[in-house]
Amino acid sequence: MTTTETPDTLRRILDHSSRADPYPLYAELRRTPVALQEDGSYVISTYRELTGILHDPRLSSDVRNLSRPMAAVEGRATPSFINLDPPEHDRLRRLAMRHFGPPHTPGLVTGLEPDLAAVVGGLIDGFADQERIDVVDDFAYPFPVTVICRLLGVPREDEPRFHVWVNAIIESIDYDPGTDPPEKLDNGVQATKDLREYLGGLLEGRHGRPGDDLLTRLANDDGPDGRMTDEEIISTANLLLIAGHETTVNLIANGVLTLLRHPEVLNRLRGEPDLVVPLVEELLRYEPPVHIIPWRAAYSDITVGDTVIPKGSQIMLMLASGSRDPDRFEDPDRFTPDRRDNQHLGFGSGIHLCFGGPLARLETQIALTELVRRLERPGLVVDPPPYRPSPVLRGPLHLYVEQG
Amino acid sequence: MSSAHTLQRFKRDGRVVIVGASLAGLRAAEALRGEGFTGSLTMIGDELGEPYDRPPLSKQVLTGWVPAGGTTLPRRCDIDAEWLLGVPADGLDLAADQVRLADGRRIPFDRMLIATGVRARPWPVEEEAALDGVFVVRTREDADGLQRAIAAGPSRVLIIGAGFTGSEIASVCRERGLPVTVAELGPAPLVGGLGAMIGEVAADMQRAHGVDLRCGVRVTRLEGDAHGRLRRAHFSDGGTVDAEVAVVALGGIRNTEWLRDSGLAVGVWGVACDAGCRAFDLNGLVTDDIFVAGDVARSPNPVYEYRFISLEHWANAVEQAEIAAHNMVSTQADRWPHLSIPAFWSIQFGVNIKSVGVPTYADEVVVAQGSVSDRRFVAAYGYQGRVTAAVSFNNAKWLDHYRRLIETAAPFPPPCPTPDQPVDAKPVPVDFPGPTLLAQGATVVVTGHDPGGRRVTAVRQGR
Ligand SMILES: Cc1cc2nc3c(=O)[nH]c(=O)nc-3n(C[C@H](O)[C@H](O)[C@H](O)COP(=O)(O)OP(=O)(O)OC[C@H]3O[C@@H](n4cnc5c(N)ncnc54)[C@H](O)[C@@H]3O)c2cc1C
Repeated sequence: MTTTETPDTLRRILDHSSRADPYPLYAELRRTPVALQEDGSYVISTYRELTGILHDPRLSSDVRNLSRPMAAVEGRATPSFINLDPPEHDRLRRLAMRHFGPPHTPGLVTGLEPDLAAVVGGLIDGFADQERIDVVDDFAYPFPVTVICRLLGVPREDEPRFHVWVNAIIESIDYDPGTDPPEKLDNGVQATKDLREYLGGLLEGRHGRPGDDLLTRLANDDGPDGRMTDEEIISTANLLLIAGHETTVNLIANGVLTLLRHPEVLNRLRGEPDLVVPLVEELLRYEPPVHIIPWRAAYSDITVGDTVIPKGSQIMLMLASGSRDPDRFEDPDRFTPDRRDNQHLGFGSGIHLCFGGPLARLETQIALTELVRRLERPGLVVDPPPYRPSPVLRGPLHLYVEQG
Repeated sequence: MSSAHTLQRFKRDGRVVIVGASLAGLRAAEALRGEGFTGSLTMIGDELGEPYDRPPLSKQVLTGWVPAGGTTLPRRCDIDAEWLLGVPADGLDLAADQVRLADGRRIPFDRMLIATGVRARPWPVEEEAALDGVFVVRTREDADGLQRAIAAGPSRVLIIGAGFTGSEIASVCRERGLPVTVAELGPAPLVGGLGAMIGEVAADMQRAHGVDLRCGVRVTRLEGDAHGRLRRAHFSDGGTVDAEVAVVALGGIRNTEWLRDSGLAVGVWGVACDAGCRAFDLNGLVTDDIFVAGDVARSPNPVYEYRFISLEHWANAVEQAEIAAHNMVSTQADRWPHLSIPAFWSIQFGVNIKSVGVPTYADEVVVAQGSVSDRRFVAAYGYQGRVTAAVSFNNAKWLDHYRRLIETAAPFPPPCPTPDQPVDAKPVPVDFPGPTLLAQGATVVVTGHDPGGRRVTAVRQGR
């Protein structure tokens, strides 16, 4: 099953010129479900193989288990739970979960609904009478940022400061030693430091104070697992701040783009707001915000299909390809808003299943329904829109929409 | 007339009767409609009311979170059935293709599904079982009664039997702050299902939560007061305990008595059927029109050497119901085998326990991931060098992986290390208690000499 016949395909996927439509390339990739690359890494692209390995306890999320060390993106800081394995991963995720959802904080996400609607409403008020808007800058970006800032207890006014750092960090995620200048990586490492320092500053004032935001709660909470250290709180906040908006912005923007490309669905949604629930699921399958998990490591030899991936190998998981696998989904390249049996990989699967999934879902549901309800005859200005550089967190850089 | 044509006609206006209107029965009915069956559908059930879900009865219902009447099973579609409720079926006439009801009615069918499940094994001494304060937990009414008895704040609750149900109830009682004694004949809780190693973990868990756990003892007598209220229990080791509430959690009895004279392969382990849920007759020949699903079914599993396995698992009931429904309306070539790996869950003492595979089908067990002392781990079970089951404590997300190991007959112990593998992971003997139940007398004898005349007849158990 393994061959090195498709290394080119991956190159082409990573190339920015493929960003607007990587899906035909994914189809090419799927012909070799487990593809060995020239650099010794493995690319997995089919649904069955992806779900198999995502549930395999030998798949490590800790890059320190790679036999060839990679340019460390987080610097030498304490990794956040997304980059750790059990039992450390489990402990930190559990500690964070206590404040984020059931069973300890059951009503959090649903309780946010009025807030989310208000933020969305305010943003739309702001541009309702403009002829042309940029769905990314005017809407899909500021909305989740506002929400995650509030949840974490990060001042919204600081957004211009951390925006620069987050951008540099996101860019360094795609760092390719073959083609990228080393500054790209250095910038990422520096930005990580700056962001951590900034969060550390915020955390300082929170010990021993009452408060409902996540930083304060993490700083003061004692549960059966004890308490997070300050370093751990900073890593967690860092993760939630970045993941809390960098992905949702793409999901919302991809959603608006998809709706504009399928006017019949857009019209259906207008008259049938409940459709938004399965529609967002389909979006997560059809145009997901996270396309690739680039650096997992084989903790020991792992057999996937007929291929033995040797211990220490880097493994790239092509989630977006798996969600379009015709062996799993009927007519996978069709956007079917009320699709049944839709176990997509949009939030991953297994123990690292997206922590913020429930919030991202609700945000996107509210964003899309409201936008569709309030924009009059919206039309795309350019199709395809310009895309952000990243092949990993894929989404439009700008999405210009005109109201007619 | 082609069989495809007959099948088409049956799908259009055939008659299906389902006996047992609970989880398996309802899901089968829905699946039949989903498969395009438009004929008549009759649901026969001895309980009153809509089909409901049982797992919450020993969990959320007893904590008081959910009222006993609040576990009605959600409907996936309108099944448009005739419901004959509150009256048991008491016979099956295969020659006439009729189900007999206890009130004398006869219900004709073209195909029928047996989904009569199990009932709680009652306390064996009738007068003692009738004491005020003595409960079993199988039905909504049982759970409702026990819930109220617990809410009244009894001075002590005695649980007889530390299987899953007994342990769950002990956990709820502790959660509600009640003093609890658990009496178990085996060496530890859960040993019957999960073996000695997990049994020990379960015993520690119970004791850590303040349960007065007594293993290796039999409850010999339940003693009441002058008003017929439970007061005390006596144990085989001479001990006693004063309790106002006793929960008899001694497992279930399969509801097969009504099929005794039907000519089907029926016994204490249920109604035997093939992997496609078609019932066997007494001779071990597969029938064409009688199907079985759920707790009452006993079917061969190719993964486990084609042994006949009966399960009391929620997911198994749903899956078999769907397979049975599909096969009812399919030709031989389109029939599906039921091949899913069994799965079970329980929640007790704050721990989410889940299993895949058949842990009793094992000779060794190893902690493959996590830490037993933290009560977060996965234990893998092996039989003659291959993985046959796994159990997780607060670690269920990995079980899919183990399911795949079971399906692919992966070697045991699983050889490749994981980041959370205990350093000293060594397989130990699984150690189930002796086959006391297996030692029951024969249920059939073979008669006749030449191949055309050899037949099996049932032997009545002296019970
Ligand atoms: C307290 C409790 C907790 C449980 N917890 C779990 C759990 O955590 N996880 C899990 O996997 N499983 C659990 N189970 C098991 C699960 O509930 C069963 O596997 C499931 O109910 C089986 O469904 P069934 O339809 O086959 O049988 P049943 O639910 O037993 O239904 C059979 C029905 O047939 C009726 N009937 C019987 N005889 C006749 C007759 N002659 N005529 C007409 N009707 C008849 C019965 O009254 C009953 O309504 C639990 C069960 C109980 C009782």
